[in-house]
Amino acid sequence: MIAAPTLVALGQAAAPASRTPLVVICLYMCLLFALGWFSSRLFRGSSKDFFVASQSIGPFMLLMSVFGTTMTAFALVGSTGKAFSLGIGTYGLMASSSGLIHTACFFLVGIRMWSFGKKYGYVTQIQFFRDRFESKALGYLMFPILVGLIIPYLLVGLMGAGKYIFGVTVGMFPETFAAGAIPEWLSGLVICAVVLFYVFFGGVRSAAWANTFQTIVFMIMGLVGFYVIADALGGPAAASEKALANAPEKLSREGLMTPAHFMSYMLVPLSVGMFPHLFQHWLTARSAKSFRLTVIAHPICIMIVWVPCILIGIWAAGLYEAKELIVPPPNGDPNPNAVLSAMVKTFMKSSPLLIGLFSAGVLAAIMSSLDSQFVCIGSMFTNDFFVPLKGQVSDKQKVWLGRGFIVLIVLITYVISIFKPQNVFNLGVWCFSGFAALFPIAFASVYWKRVTTVGVFTSVIATAVTWALFIYDALGREVGEQWFGVEEHGEYLIAGVMPVTFICLASVVALVGVSLATRPPSRDTIDKFFPANG
Amino acid sequence: MKKVVYGLIFLLAVIHQDVWWWDDNSLVFGFMPLGLFYHALFSCMAAGVWAMAVKWAWPSDIERWAESADEQGGDQ
Repeated sequence: MIAAPTLVALGQAAAPASRTPLVVICLYMCLLFALGWFSSRLFRGSSKDFFVASQSIGPFMLLMSVFGTTMTAFALVGSTGKAFSLGIGTYGLMASSSGLIHTACFFLVGIRMWSFGKKYGYVTQIQFFRDRFESKALGYLMFPILVGLIIPYLLVGLMGAGKYIFGVTVGMFPETFAAGAIPEWLSGLVICAVVLFYVFFGGVRSAAWANTFQTIVFMIMGLVGFYVIADALGGPAAASEKALANAPEKLSREGLMTPAHFMSYMLVPLSVGMFPHLFQHWLTARSAKSFRLTVIAHPICIMIVWVPCILIGIWAAGLYEAKELIVPPPNGDPNPNAVLSAMVKTFMKSSPLLIGLFSAGVLAAIMSSLDSQFVCIGSMFTNDFFVPLKGQVSDKQKVWLGRGFIVLIVLITYVISIFKPQNVFNLGVWCFSGFAALFPIAFASVYWKRVTTVGVFTSVIATAVTWALFIYDALGREVGEQWFGVEEHGEYLIAGVMPVTFICLASVVALVGVSLATRPPSRDTIDKFFPANG
Repeated sequence: MKKVVYGLIFLLAVIHQDVWWWDDNSLVFGFMPLGLFYHALFSCMAAGVWAMAVKWAWPSDIERWAESADEQGGDQ
């Protein structure tokens, strides 16, 4: 939280600011309410419809919902802030590698997972793993781990939205709130309420509709915002020249990252192969052919969103060095998460309407991930935790259980988001690292007949232990006193590479080593998941 | 053709590590830093290779198997 006097001193809140952007954001929320109401009318009442939209989603909606789900505060607020700190290398770290790795996960794993969901009626990832590895206990082990990894991801969204809204509303309510800005707890509350409204009534079908709409909004508004900011800076060439003159290091990677660090980041996008909420979206596909558009267009969609964000980030770095941009400092250094809102406020100030529209785009990106994650956790609580414990539950009860668990998880996440401010991008990377290290299990489950239950158990435990150890070392211990890694340019690196490298290594060694040393799965299971013609 | 597609995917993973202009901060088209331009181009190449994968390496057998008569047998 930034104190009011600090911002007044910086000149950002000298006079009450126009509230037009907030009005536009409120109108956007109303539009989402209306869309939520419309899509909930399409709900067919069954649990299959609530959790996987009766497998009726076509190619375009699948692309929009999968892409919208993978883009969150991490992609917009985080990438701009990261480019401000780490320069253009940020795009290669996460965006271009994702164009290759995400799509490889969709193509190599997603289609096969969809086929098993279609054939055997799975609605969650854990149902598949329980059957594939012949173990109910595995479901109980994976459930808290997957939920525990999604919650930081949800926090990334809520905290990113809160910080962004705070930044663009500075000075709007000088008599009411500190710094005259909408506090993060309030924007988080509104966002949770809107998302909860539409997923509560329509489940994953409403999430898919909302994602499609929101993905279109944030892609268009991102481009419009980029154009306006570039224009205000005298065109993209003038903006880049200024960055080159004042912050030349941000236009290359020398001194900001090493090739080993850069290469190790390629493991992070493997996380999408294990995201339970993406698994659920895969299962909504009407047919395998629905994946085709997603496979081809996903890298291009990433480029359309990320390239403008990276350019805005490096332009901001140039302007900051030239003392032409004020980025609120949390502890003496500029706050990377506030870079995007600072650029928007500074260079769109002549048009509050545009600020509002662009801000709606940022929120669209964030909310299009939150909804899928909320539905997914509700689905997991119902199908992977409650139903296996309780036994037979009617279809209608399943829907209501799903809704109840969604409300519960929204409340939990909201309360945590109030008390745990963290660097959005880094928190996201830790969450992705955990999922990425579990990916070998997903890959082995569809390609390696010899993988065993004990091997998977060991791999999950190895991942959980190494992940917990490293995150404690990185975030829980003082810089300079860490056991394994060191902080370099705001990144925690072990032997010069991302911790995900070692977490993945532990996961793979445990999976392969223990599988080879233990009894292979039964013939029935092999026949079920490796059909002779598939 | 399937092998060519998988070979191209592997090649993409290799050329992603573009150490050859690690310290080059020159601008392409007057505004795009070279390293960023290369990786934007990389995204387009990735889309192209995935389009080839859809055309020549599509898992039709899996698709046919899944879309044959449904067999609801999951442990739910």
